Amino acid sequence: MGSITLEHVNKSFGEVQVIPDISLDIKDGEFVVFVGPSGCGKSTLLRLIAGLEDTTSGIIKLDGQDVTDAAPAKRGLAMVFQSYALYPHMSVRDNIAFPLKMAKLPPEVIAQKVDYAARTLNLASYLDRRPRALSGGQRQRVAIGRAIVREPKAFLFDEPLSNLDAALRVNMRLEITELHQQLKTTMIYVTHDQVEAMTMADRIVVLNAGNVEQFGSPLDLYKKPANRFVAGFIGSPKMNFVDGPEAAKHNAHSIGVRPEHFKLSTTEGAWKGTVGVAEQLGSDTFLHVQTDGLGLMTIRTDGDQTFKHGDVVYLTPDATRIYKFDAAGKAI
Amino acid sequence: MATKQTRALARTMMAPAVIVLFIWMIVPLVMTLWFSFQNYSLINPMMTGFAGWANYVYVIGDPSFTQALVNTLILVGGVLIITIVGGTFLALLLDQPIWGQGILRILVISPFFVMPPVAALIWKNGFMHPGYGMLGHLWKFFGLQPVDWFNQYPLFSVIVIVAWQWLPFATLILLTALQSLSEEQREAAEMDGANAANRFRYIILPHMARAITIVVLIQTIFLLGIFAEIRVTTGGGPGYASTNIAFLVFRTGILSNDIGAGSAGGVVAVIIANIVAIFLMRAVGKNLDA
Amino acid sequence: MARRVSVQTRIGFTVLAWAVALLLFSPILWTLLTAFKTEAEAIATPPTFFPQNFTLENFEAVQDRSDYIKHAWNSIVVSVGSTLLGLIIAIPAAWSMAFAPSKRTKDILMWMLSTKMMPAVGVLIPIYLIFRDLRLLDTVHGLTLIMTLINLPIIVWMLYTYFKEIPVDILEAARMDGAELWNEIVHVLVPMAVPGIASTLLLNVILAWNEAFWTITLTSGRAGTLTAFISSFSSPQGLFLAKLSAASLLAIAPILLLGWFSQKQLVRGLTFGAVK
Ligand SMILES: Nc1ncnc2c1ncn2[C@@H]1O[C@H](COP(=O)(O)OP(=O)(O)OP(=O)(O)O)[C@@H](O)[C@H]1O
Ligand SMILES: [Mg+2]
Repeated sequence: MGSITLEHVNKSFGEVQVIPDISLDIKDGEFVVFVGPSGCGKSTLLRLIAGLEDTTSGIIKLDGQDVTDAAPAKRGLAMVFQSYALYPHMSVRDNIAFPLKMAKLPPEVIAQKVDYAARTLNLASYLDRRPRALSGGQRQRVAIGRAIVREPKAFLFDEPLSNLDAALRVNMRLEITELHQQLKTTMIYVTHDQVEAMTMADRIVVLNAGNVEQFGSPLDLYKKPANRFVAGFIGSPKMNFVDGPEAAKHNAHSIGVRPEHFKLSTTEGAWKGTVGVAEQLGSDTFLHVQTDGLGLMTIRTDGDQTFKHGDVVYLTPDATRIYKFDAAGKAI
Repeated sequence: MATKQTRALARTMMAPAVIVLFIWMIVPLVMTLWFSFQNYSLINPMMTGFAGWANYVYVIGDPSFTQALVNTLILVGGVLIITIVGGTFLALLLDQPIWGQGILRILVISPFFVMPPVAALIWKNGFMHPGYGMLGHLWKFFGLQPVDWFNQYPLFSVIVIVAWQWLPFATLILLTALQSLSEEQREAAEMDGANAANRFRYIILPHMARAITIVVLIQTIFLLGIFAEIRVTTGGGPGYASTNIAFLVFRTGILSNDIGAGSAGGVVAVIIANIVAIFLMRAVGKNLDA
Repeated sequence: MARRVSVQTRIGFTVLAWAVALLLFSPILWTLLTAFKTEAEAIATPPTFFPQNFTLENFEAVQDRSDYIKHAWNSIVVSVGSTLLGLIIAIPAAWSMAFAPSKRTKDILMWMLSTKMMPAVGVLIPIYLIFRDLRLLDTVHGLTLIMTLINLPIIVWMLYTYFKEIPVDILEAARMDGAELWNEIVHVLVPMAVPGIASTLLLNVILAWNEAFWTITLTSGRAGTLTAFISSFSSPQGLFLAKLSAASLLAIAPILLLGWFSQKQLVRGLTFGAVK
C-alpha cells in the first residue's frame, strides 16, 4: 500500500516561502510526475514527503497515517537521487544490500534479494565493481536496485535521468515505466522535462512558484489546461499566444494555439507571415514564422514540406482548438 | 537543510566538543584571574589573603616585564618577516622547472618536523657553540674570532632557530598557493607584456595574499607561546635579554613559586594574545570561509 | 607545465634550489652524521664530514642514561592516544557543522580556533595546581588529556573541511535506506572520509609529538615524553656532542619519517582547507 496525502503543506526556509499551501492526494499504485520550471519547489516537495525536510505547517499522511514528524528511515519510502548518491566505498552488491542490512535481515535473505534485483536490472555481471567503474546508466540502475530491494511503500525519484545522454534517457524512461507496471508501487517522479512527464505519468502535478497549477492526467493537461501557465508548459513545441484585438475577437484577454493546430497555405489564410528558421526533423518540420503584427509563431507541419527562409505563408488556426484565457490567465 | 530532528541531533553531537573546550578555557582562566588577586607564594605559605592590584603592579612595574613584552614582539615580528620573505623566495624558486622537485620538497619541509627542544639543542651545540659549532669552524676558517651567539646576541639567536623551524611551513603553503595560480593567467600576463617584476607585483603577490594571511595567523598562534627554544638555549638570559612573556610567567610562577604574580603575568599574557587575536581574526576571519 | 626554459636556466635554478635546500637541511644532516662519530671526533678541529670511526656506542649510552625506549613509548601513547580521543569527540561535532549547519556554526568554529590563541602560560598555574591535587602530574593519562584539549580545535576544523566536500546526498540516501545516525556515521561518512581522517590523524600526531610546553612542565621522570627526554640533555653536565646528536636523532626520527610520508596532506590540513 502506498497512498500519499498532503494537507495544506507549507514550507519556508527562514523568511523565504518556497511552498505556500499545497494539498494533494496521490493514490496507491499511481505514477505521479511533478513538473515545473527550475526553482519552483519540486525537489523541496519531494524531500518533504521523504522526510529529509520538515514542513513548516501542514500534514503529510502515508496510507492515512500521519507521518509529518516521522524520520525518513521510519517512513518506508525509497528515493533515487539525481546524483545517484551511491556509496562510493562499497561494491554494487553492498550498495544494493545496504538498506537490507540496516533492516537487519538475515544474510541469506539479503543475498537472495540482491540477486533478484540484479537480475531484474541487468546488473548481475557488475556486482563486485565499485560505482566509480560503472557508466551513468549502470549507476542509475544500481540506485534503482537499492530502492527496489526494500520493497518500499512508494518510490521517490528526483530528476533521475538528467545526467544521462539523450538516447540512454529514452531507454531508462521505458525501463522505469516497465518497472512501475511490474511492481505496481506508487511512484513520484520529479522532472522539468515535459516529455518525460507526458510519457510516464498516470497523473501530472504542474508546479509553479510552489503552487499546484493543475493536477490531472497527461491528456487532460494537454487538452484542457487550467490556465495559461499549464498551456504554455505542457506540449512541445510551446503553445503560441496572442493578446490584444485578435484575442478580443474571441472574447478573451489572450488566446493560444498549439503549433500542431494550424492550417498552412501559401495563398490565403487568417494571418500572414514570413518564414524565418525552418527546423527539419525528418518526421516533422517546425517553422518559425514572423507574423505581421502578432509576433513570432511556431508551426508544426509534416516532414515533407519544403519552406525556405523568406517564404510568405498564411496561417489559419483550427477554430475548435483555440484556447481562451482571461486577464488573470485562467482558461475560459 | 535538514529537519528539526536532525538539527536537534546535531546540537547533541556538537555538545561534547563545545563543553570540553569551554571548560578547558573558562575554568583555568577564572582560577588564574582569582590567583592574580591573591597573595599566594609556595615559598612563603604565611603570605595569604587578598592582594588587590599588588601582583599586577609588581609584574607590570618590573622592568623585566617591559623587556619581555618588547622581546615577544621582536620575536614574533622577526620570525614572521624572515619566514614570509624567505618563504616567498623559496616558493618561487621551487616553482621553477628544476630537477629533483620531490626530494627538494622533503629536504625543505624537514625542519618543521623537528621538535622544538631538539632544534634548539642542534643549533646551540652543533652550530652556534663558539668552541666546536659549525659556525665557529667557519669563522675560524676565515680567520675570524668565533662568535658566542647566545651570550652576545641571545634574542637574535632564538629568532634564527625559530625561523628555521617555521620557514618550511611558510614555504610549503606559499608554494601551494603559487601552484594554484593557473598557467593561463601567467601566460596572459606575459602576452600583455608584463615583465617578471611586474608579473610578481601585479599577478603573483595579490594571488598569494590569502596564503600569506593564513601563514601569519597560524604562525602567530604558535609564536606567541615560544617556550622550549628559550628554556633549552638561553634560559631567558643573559639577564632578561631573551625572555618573552611566556617564559617570564614560567619564571615567576613556576621557578620562583610566586603563584600570585605568575597568575597576574598569565592574565596579562592572555590579554595581549586576545588583542592580537582580535586583529588577526578580523583580518583573516572572512577568508577562512566556514 | 608548458613553460619553455633553456637548459642553462634550468641548471641554474636547480643548483640554486639544491644549495638552499641543503643549507636548510644541514642541521639535521649534521646531527645524523655526528650521531655515529666518537666524542673526540665530534669536536675535532678541523671537523670531519663522514664519521671516520663509525660507531653505535652513542645510542647505547643514550639508552643507558635516559631510557629512550620508555620516553618514546610515552610519546607514542600520548600523541596517538590524544589524537584518537580527539577524533572520537570531533567526528560527531564536525558532522553537525558540515551537514546540519546553523547560523552560529561559523562563530563556534572561530571560537574553537580562538581557544588555540590562549597562551598556555595563562593557564599553566591553575592546570599545574589542579593536576597536583588530582595526582595527575607526571602521568601519561593526564598528559593525554591536555594534549587532546589543545589539539581538539584543529581536529574539528580539519574534519569539518574534509566533511564539507562529501555530498550530503549520500548521507541522505543512507537516511532513506533506514540508517540511524550511528550507522550513517560509521558505515557511510567515516569510510568516505578516510583520506581526510587519516591526514588529520597524521598531522595531529605530529603536533602532539612535538608539543614542548605541557610535556615539559607537567612531567618529570615517569611520564616524560621525548621532548622531556631531550630537554634532560640540555644541562651542561649531560653534554657530549655525539651522544646529544644520537639522542636528538632518536627523538626526531620517527616523526620525520611520518612527516615525509604525509607531507602532501599536510598543507591542506594545516591551513584548514583555506589554501588548496
Ligand atoms: N536549504 C534551502 N535554503 C533556502 N532556500 C532553499 C533551500 N533549498 C531550496 N531553496 C529554495 O527553494 C526554491 C525551490 O527549490 P527546489 O530545489 O525545490 O527547486 P526545484 O523545483 O527542484 O528546481 P530544479 O528544477 O532546479 O531542481 C528555490 O528558490 C531554492 O532557492
Ligand atoms: Mg530539484
